Parts: sequence; C-alpha cells; structure tokens
Amino acid sequence: MTVKSVSLVIAGSGGAGVVTAGSLLLEAAAQAGWYALMSRSSGPQIRGGEAASMLRFATEPVMSHDDSFHLLMAIDWENISRFSAEIPLVADSLIVGDPAHGDAPAALLSGKPRQAALPMIALAEKIENGRPNMVALGAIAALIGLPPAAMRIAVERALKKKGAAAIEASMAAFFAGIDAATTLPAIPRLPAVTAERTPRWSITGNEATGLGVIRGGVRFVAAYPITPATEVLEWLAPSLAKVGGMLVQAEDELASINQIIGASYGGVPAMTATSGPGLSLMIESLGLAVAAEVPLVVVDVMRVGPSTGIATKSEQSDLNIAVYGLHGDAPHVVVAANSVSDCLFTTQWAVHLAEAMQVPTIVLTDQAMGQARAILPRPAELAFIGQRLTAPAAVEGERYKRYAMTGSGVSPMAIPGTPGLTHTADGLEHNEFGTPSSQASDHQAQMDKRSRKISQYNYGDHWADIEDFGTVAGDAPQEVPLGDTAIITWGSATGPAREALQRHADAGGKARLISLRLIAPVQPEKMAEALRGIKRAVVVEQSHSGQFYRMLRAFYDLPAQTVSLHQGGPLPFGPRQILDQLNQLTSGSA
Amino acid sequence: MESCAQKKTYKAKDYKSELKPIWCPGCGDYTVLNSITRALAELSLPPEEVAVVSGIGCSSRIPAYTSVYGFHGVHGRALPVATGLKLARPDLTVLVTGGDGDGFSIGGNHFLHACRRNVDLTYIVMDNQVYGMTKGQASPTTSPDWEGSKLTPEGTGINPFQPLVVGLASGANFIARVSASDPINMAKIIVEAIQHPGFSLVQVLSPCVTFRPEQAEWRDIVRMAVVDYTDDAARAARRLMTDDGFNVGKVLFKGSRPPFRPEHENSDGSIAELEARFAL
Repeated sequence: MTVKSVSLVIAGSGGAGVVTAGSLLLEAAAQAGWYALMSRSSGPQIRGGEAASMLRFATEPVMSHDDSFHLLMAIDWENISRFSAEIPLVADSLIVGDPAHGDAPAALLSGKPRQAALPMIALAEKIENGRPNMVALGAIAALIGLPPAAMRIAVERALKKKGAAAIEASMAAFFAGIDAATTLPAIPRLPAVTAERTPRWSITGNEATGLGVIRGGVRFVAAYPITPATEVLEWLAPSLAKVGGMLVQAEDELASINQIIGASYGGVPAMTATSGPGLSLMIESLGLAVAAEVPLVVVDVMRVGPSTGIATKSEQSDLNIAVYGLHGDAPHVVVAANSVSDCLFTTQWAVHLAEAMQVPTIVLTDQAMGQARAILPRPAELAFIGQRLTAPAAVEGERYKRYAMTGSGVSPMAIPGTPGLTHTADGLEHNEFGTPSSQASDHQAQMDKRSRKISQYNYGDHWADIEDFGTVAGDAPQEVPLGDTAIITWGSATGPAREALQRHADAGGKARLISLRLIAPVQPEKMAEALRGIKRAVVVEQSHSGQFYRMLRAFYDLPAQTVSLHQGGPLPFGPRQILDQLNQLTSGSA
Repeated sequence: MESCAQKKTYKAKDYKSELKPIWCPGCGDYTVLNSITRALAELSLPPEEVAVVSGIGCSSRIPAYTSVYGFHGVHGRALPVATGLKLARPDLTVLVTGGDGDGFSIGGNHFLHACRRNVDLTYIVMDNQVYGMTKGQASPTTSPDWEGSKLTPEGTGINPFQPLVVGLASGANFIARVSASDPINMAKIIVEAIQHPGFSLVQVLSPCVTFRPEQAEWRDIVRMAVVDYTDDAARAARRLMTDDGFNVGKVLFKGSRPPFRPEHENSDGSIAELEARFAL
C-alpha cells in the first residue's frame, strides 16, 4: 500500500541516538527524492534526557504534520509518556518497541494502536559496534519503502570522520533491522521517486531566517541567547563573518537592540533575534528606532508565554506585544513567516521594508517552524535587497534636514562620515532638523510623516498568501473566489490550514486560504478584495485569547459568519481539527 | 612619495552647533562641552568623522550642542548604541556622554560590560551625584546621608557607587578623573582618552548648581593628583580605593588590552557559498 505521506516518531532516552537517527532518516529520505518535515521534542533536561524526532515524509512538499502518526519506533520507553500528547496514535498506528525494555506504557495506548516487537538490542549486539538505533532505522526503512542505498549515502556523510569501519558497522545494523522487519505488520509505504528531481534544500526555519537577513543585506547582528531563537544566531555568527559582517553577543536584550540601533545609524543594516521575554525588554528601544527613524529588524521566534512560559514549545501569542507593545503612537511594521521556507522570504522582505521605510520591522516566526527541519524545493532567488534612501551631498549654506517632510514620509538619511550633513538623531520629538521640540505643530508633522511612510508604502501582493483550493492546485487566485468560504490565518497555523483545505478540496469542497504575512500596518482594502464573495470564514490561530481574531475584528470587515478557532500552545493544530471546523461551518451548523 | 597635503585645522567653535544649551547658569556641563570641542579641535578631527552618543539626562543633551554626528537615545543605553556604532563603523571616533544616573544606575549593566568588552570608545561621565532633569533625586553616587530629595527624605542609606573602582575591576583600559572647574586640563585628558585604544573612562566632577548648590565648593576641594598614571591595575585599585574622590586632573590608569573587534573577514564573501550548504 502506498499513500501520499508517512508520519513516524523515533523516541528514546538520552544516548539512545534518537536525534541522530532522525537526522539520518531525513537525509536518507532526501536522497530518495522525498520531501520531509522533522520536528523534535525533548525533556526539560539541559543535556541528554529523553527525546523524540517526529518526521513526515511525502513525495510532494510537506505543509504540516499529520493528525496522527503511522509509526512510533521506541528505542526504549524512558519518560516517553511525557510525549504522549504530542504523539497521537490511532488504531491504524503501529508501536514498535524492544522486548528487552518491557511493554509500552499505557499512556501511549489510548488510541488502541497495534503493537509489535523488534529486538533492537539483541540484534545490535550480534554486530561489532552495532547500535540499536541503526537497527531501528533499518526496520523503518523496510516499513516505509526507503531504499537502503539512500541510507548508505546519509550514513557515509554523517560518519565520514569516524572511518569505514564505523560506516560498515552502522550499515550492518541497518540491514539487520531490514531483515527483522519482515515480521512486523505493514504501515503505509511511499513510492520511490524515479522522475528527475528538482533541486532541493535541507534547512530549518531558524537557518532560513538567518539566510533571509543576510540576503536582505544585514551585516551587523547583536543578540542575547534565548530559546528557541539561539539557532538563528548560531547560524549567523560564522555565516556573517564570511560575508564581511559580524555578530556580537550582547550583555542583555536592552544592549542587543541598542547596539543594532547604533550600527544601523552608522549605515550598516542590522538585526537581532530573540523570543517573547527578550522582545519585552526591547520594546522601549523599538520606540526609539521609530522616533529616530532607524531601520532595523527584530525577529521574535515565539514560544509559549507569558513570562518564561514553556521555553521550548510553540505558540502564536506575541502578536499583541509586537503590534501594540510600544508606548505612544509608534508606527512600525510587523510581518510573519508562515512556513519553514517562508522564514527565508519574510525575513529578507523585512530587511527590505525596514531599510526602504527607515522603520523598525518585527518578524514573527515561532518555535514550531524555527526548530523544524524541512526538505523542500530550493527557494527562489528574491530581488529584495535593503536599500536606504541616503542624503545627496551637502549644499553649501543649506542646513541638512534629517527629518525633512517628504511626500512619501521617508527622509533622505545622512550616514556618519558624510561631510556637511552632521545632525543629531533623536528619540525626543524634534523638528525637521532633528532639533528637540515640544511644539504641537512639530509633533503633529512628525507623527504624520512617520505614519505616512508606512501607510502609503506599496507592499504589493506579499501582504498575504491567498490560495484557492478546489481549483487546480497552484492556480493563481481567481478574481472572484470559486467558493464562498475562507480560512484566515497566519504563521505556523497556515501549514495545517493548507492541508485542511486540500482535504476539503479532495472531498469536492471549494475554499480560499488567506494567510497574512503583513500583520501591521493593516491592509483593509486588500483584505476586502480578498474577501469578495466570501460569506463564511474560520479564523485559525494558536493563541489562548484569540489575539489574531480580535485584531481582525478591530481592523477588517469580516464576513457575517466568521468563527474563531483558537487554542494556546504548545500542541499544534492538526489538519483534521481545522477541517472539522470548516465542515461544520459549510454545513451550516456553525 | 607621500603627499604633503595640509591637514585641515579646526577651532573649538567648529564643533559647536547653533543650539543654545538648556542647562542652568553655572552648570558644570558647559565647561565639559567646551572641553570636548577643544579636544576635538586639538585632534583636528573632521566633524563628520566624529559621533557623540548619549542617553537621557541633563548631560546627555550634549550631542545636539555639537556639530558632529550625534545620537540621543533612551535612558541608560548610550553605551550599547555607541558599541554598535563603533563596531559597525571603526573609522569613526565615537564619544559617549552622560550622567551618573544614566551610566551607573539604569545603564549600570552596560557600563560593566562596556568596560569588559573594551571597544574603542571614550566615555565622559558628568558626575553631579544627583538626578537633575527629574528635579533632584539621589543618584548612585550620592552620599547616603544626603537629605535633599523628597523621594529619600532620610537619605538613601546606601553606599555610593564607585565608578572608577568598578570600571577598573571591569576592565576599562583608561581611567581618569577631572574637574569641570579646569576645562583646559579636562580637554587635555579627553585628547589622551580619545587617543588611547580601547574603552576610556573619564569621570568629570561636574557640579549641579541647582539641586546640589553645595557642590560649588568642589572647585576649592579638588586637588591635582600628585602621582602620574600607572599601568598596574592592582596599584591603580589601591589608589582609587584609598582616595577621597577629589584627586583630579591626571590619568589614573592606562591598560594595554587590545580593543575588541569580533572576528570577520573584510572580503565580501559569496552568499551562494552559504546557500550551497543547504543544497542536497
């Protein structure tokens, strides 16, 4: 039996090699020509401890995790119950465990999955330096149809430094697993991909975020470590150094944001990455960047809040602080990525927007997409490069106006070092020269200017992803949507929403996806256009209080029949959950 | 053969803006402004190649009163702004100006780490032992028994912060104390501070005539330090911990730690190389 996708989990205690096994499987799947999405979950321990790698494979790009897993391969049962809520198992699912570790804990059995035994330890012991996790990978490969040749390439790459003996030991254990799998019950298999492969990448959301800012032109980063944003920084530090930039580890988030303000004032595009607690600390200085008109990008890889919350898990609950957190009237830009690959697009776009409008731009991603690794089609080259409107050479006898009134609201910026254009950039309200002023007229004029520059900017089609399902896949949006139903969502919730819409379409339904990338400033006219003909909508978001829904209600005309599907983290939406809501709405019982 | 082009010379007034300071008559900060502009003239630095960064407070108003590039940020964060600016633009001469509250209270953590990090900055702190802009509250350097504030009518009862001792312990590469009553000497010390590589800390005893009128006596209390600077941190620490805070006019410590510069290649490497690592 072959299906469109296979979902599986590898779980085990620290040292069981779960994370390595997941990475090898992902790499091998890529070699086999499949697409994949991998998330990881781990216990609260800083080092070691139980871990689970959740993987979904498909012959087409993977949008989200599935509602349940076909297979749980447990190297052992150590603390595995901690993950039971994250590993939905149903009657068709299969749990494979090692009889040497006893029976599966009851917490995993509520969905009445099938169970089978694989003596991983015993089989590994027969091979010199054989490891149970490689036996497990062999069994998985046999079950899902992964060609051994693909795994060999992955193992050879991973163990290149350890030498040929280590590679052969791993492969011997792998083949022992394949042989032993003949006794296991079947789960869905994926077909081998024989067609010519399009170029693909293996990348995490956090890496894509780092690449996006470098592509956009950022060459200075200051940041303070914080889960789950640290990988953005760890990728950026050596990468920036290679392109003539630098990353500075700051003493705290207050320093991070102010260092990047300093660098950007100096003419070097700059960014920082953080998570909710760090964003809270940066808020005052984001207001400074608004007032002094210093372009910069702040990436918030959202985690469960408030306070320290659940630092290692995902939530979409920083929308309010990103949009409304600044004191005073402080027009700024908030954009959000809606998939692993979109982290690249959206952060690169964010640098472009920040530089073009000389405005701080907050990018919202989250733990779920940031720490997920995907095998995906190679992202397109983008034309967005940060370009700042710099001041022309000084005119003798004419005093430079840093905050000159212009039609667009963007004033030509003089970069330090430029003769004749010296000025003081100021967080105090000021006149056109930058001179502090408490005059009502100056405040009015500067407020109008700062507001105008972001409200009049042409954001093009990138404000949202609008996709019609029920037409031929990949079609451009029609002028009038074919259906009269829409899902309005943002960020990570977009993945399962896309899949729900695809299933809805497979069952003959027609509906439209509107996934907002530009959160602020709001785009009521574009939304009205996108909602033309839409009579019903489901708003989907991972926030306990429905922050996104409330924001939409405040700024947009929504269809009369609009329902809010919102839940706090850390559990992600499953496509089924969204589909059920969609079906309820379209059947008129909402 | 090298070109012998004449270097342009500047006068102190070339570094002053047309803006009239909002300070009270008799404020020590006027002479600090004069000494900074005098020092810049002494170094003949083109104004566009100098930046003055500040936070919030009376003394933090200085950038707008100069004709160099200025940045007037939020309270306590001048040092990080200056750090980012100097690291991104090592060609600029970057000065940081501010007061004792801005630098040692709300910005205290940045002060520690700026000393530690040793970026090539000159930090001029106008210490008047009071929050002047908010009309007279105790600052970190105020004596514990000062009863002049409604906020702490019995005095703070807290030992004053010792900026130079803390600065030394945290790694500042150049430490000096000067008096606002001697602008010529102050200018000379600021020149040295700018020329010395790494993080230079200059504490200026700059009286607040409005909220600490008794500080008018400082001009009579201060004395020229009798010994020249040391490069021995232990000796400098002993001197700083045993003096009464009124030895002024000389550099106290000069270290030789190289300034901080993060690793990076100046060549504009290819983004394609970075992307290649993701390709399968």
